[in-house]
Amino acid sequence: MNRQSRVGAWTAIIVGTLYFLIPLAATFEFSLRMRRGSYSFDAYRVVLSDPNFQASFGYSLLMALLTIVVGVLLVVPTAWWVQLRMPKLRGIVEFITLLPLVIPAIVIVFGYLRIYNSSSVLPLTSNERATDLLLVFGYVTLSLPYMYRAVDASLRAVDIRSLTEAAECLGANWPTILCKVILPNIRSGILSGAFLTFAVVIGEFTIASLLDRPAFGPYLQLVGANRAYEPSALAIIAFAVTWASMGLIQVFGSARALTPQRP
Amino acid sequence: MAFLAIDDLHKTFGSNTALHRFDMQIERGEFITFLGPSGCGKTTVLRMIAGFETPTRGTIRIDGRDVTHLRTRQRNVGMVFQSYALFPNMTVADNIGFGLRVARRPQPEIRKRVAEMLELIKLSALGERYPWQLSGGQQQRVALARALASKPQVLLLDEPLSALDAKIRISLRQDIRALQRELGITSIFVTHDQEEALSISDRIAVMNEGRIEQIGTPLEIYNYPRTRFVASFVGTLNILSGKVVDPAAGRMAVDGQPLTTTRPLAASDAGKERLLALRPEAIVLEAPAAGRNSLQAIVEEVSFLGAVVRIRTRVRDAVISLDLFNDPNRILPQRGEPVALGFSHENLLVLEEGV
Repeated sequence: MNRQSRVGAWTAIIVGTLYFLIPLAATFEFSLRMRRGSYSFDAYRVVLSDPNFQASFGYSLLMALLTIVVGVLLVVPTAWWVQLRMPKLRGIVEFITLLPLVIPAIVIVFGYLRIYNSSSVLPLTSNERATDLLLVFGYVTLSLPYMYRAVDASLRAVDIRSLTEAAECLGANWPTILCKVILPNIRSGILSGAFLTFAVVIGEFTIASLLDRPAFGPYLQLVGANRAYEPSALAIIAFAVTWASMGLIQVFGSARALTPQRP
Repeated sequence: MAFLAIDDLHKTFGSNTALHRFDMQIERGEFITFLGPSGCGKTTVLRMIAGFETPTRGTIRIDGRDVTHLRTRQRNVGMVFQSYALFPNMTVADNIGFGLRVARRPQPEIRKRVAEMLELIKLSALGERYPWQLSGGQQQRVALARALASKPQVLLLDEPLSALDAKIRISLRQDIRALQRELGITSIFVTHDQEEALSISDRIAVMNEGRIEQIGTPLEIYNYPRTRFVASFVGTLNILSGKVVDPAAGRMAVDGQPLTTTRPLAASDAGKERLLALRPEAIVLEAPAAGRNSLQAIVEEVSFLGAVVRIRTRVRDAVISLDLFNDPNRILPQRGEPVALGFSHENLLVLEEGV
């Protein structure tokens, strides 16, 4: 690499880093200015002690866990089956899993409200638990591109056909093959998908708000509209949660090489 | 009735016919090899026996039981894959015991059987290792032990040695054969390597374009190939075109030079051109002698191959190669030199017509 292109590369990296870090640093700095004349973590103390924060964060946490469980149950067998028995359908399935990236969440939630409203055949919005279920399905849809890609990449990394056939020859049925052979060998992919799903769900606003559920996203919006310093503290907390998820993906991704799973 | 009976097996994939009318009877304890080039249908037959593919037509019976439409897990067959297919998340011992655990055998029985199998494959000390901690040869031994642990009725081996280097391949194929003899298990081995097939099998089925070309013992396949394909696929072979002069006496002519064969010729063959085959090692350089065939040829090339010297000669349009053992005292012919090629009447093979 010559000197000119090296300078160009470093300039791009520095500009990019500043582009991301300056607003973040400014937000962080602002979140510390709640007490007049000095820096403090008062805004964080207020936010963290707010019962609505705890309730909404706990609610979103639960929704995220349910979304991950439903997502894994839906995506792993589907991706495995497509790869094993219907490889020609892979393109179509990939296209379907990408749709949530191009269809806005607001379109999805209006569709839900139209189909599952209280006067419909399946009135999922008529009570809170059923609406929670609808919210989980909505989150599964939103996180589908990430979960499917993570699982599919893991499945491609192992010789899934031979492993499945070897297990079949040894007398295993489909559930045994899935639980004892496939899942343990794509664990890192499932974890990556799970953390991405978690990050998506924790900050999601549109579906939760329009379904009128007490999730973390609508709480963020509410605080942001009515307070000065607390929204900045919440933004930093939300960033920290997302980064922790990304960090865990990296940890499990690199730990993969250390586990007995891969040569 | 044969232990493994394959009758009238067909397989089509869309408009492609992968297998045309495959019939084969395999006796209990036999070691059969399906030999052929890529795409000849050998793996398709194996996968249909295993239950991974459903035949378009035909039946497969194991020990009198029709298994054609049974699921793989109901067939009691063991399979060894080219890619080993060991479960990466399990230790060697867990891999070997997987089939027994699935069958819910008691723990003490599983431990005993796993120990037996580890001893059988001479890897007793490596039971707690993971597959990636083993060499390719060791992994394939474990795959073999895993396939045998549940005492299957038939052992299927799908090119199990192809991913290994030459030395390991030779020693492992000897081990596989020794194990198969010791356990007396009916085995089907798929390979495209003719040397492997010849060295390991009781019988070989040579396949081409979805059809069986010839079934026979290694000696029969090598010494008496019936078709041009078998003759050229198994070993090196010289192919000549000869005119039938006297079918009853087995007399023929190549480039006007008289030759005799002991292979049967039909009376209707008189005057026709037939394909003749001649192994390079069956030819010697010698003066014409009574009771032996002799062909006058011109030396084109002399190649020193170590233990063997290959001499390429030409008889008008046909190229004939012969192999001589390397003998430092032998004076080798020079390029362009006329030589006499001698071979016995038995060694002049007549290939079937239309193939």
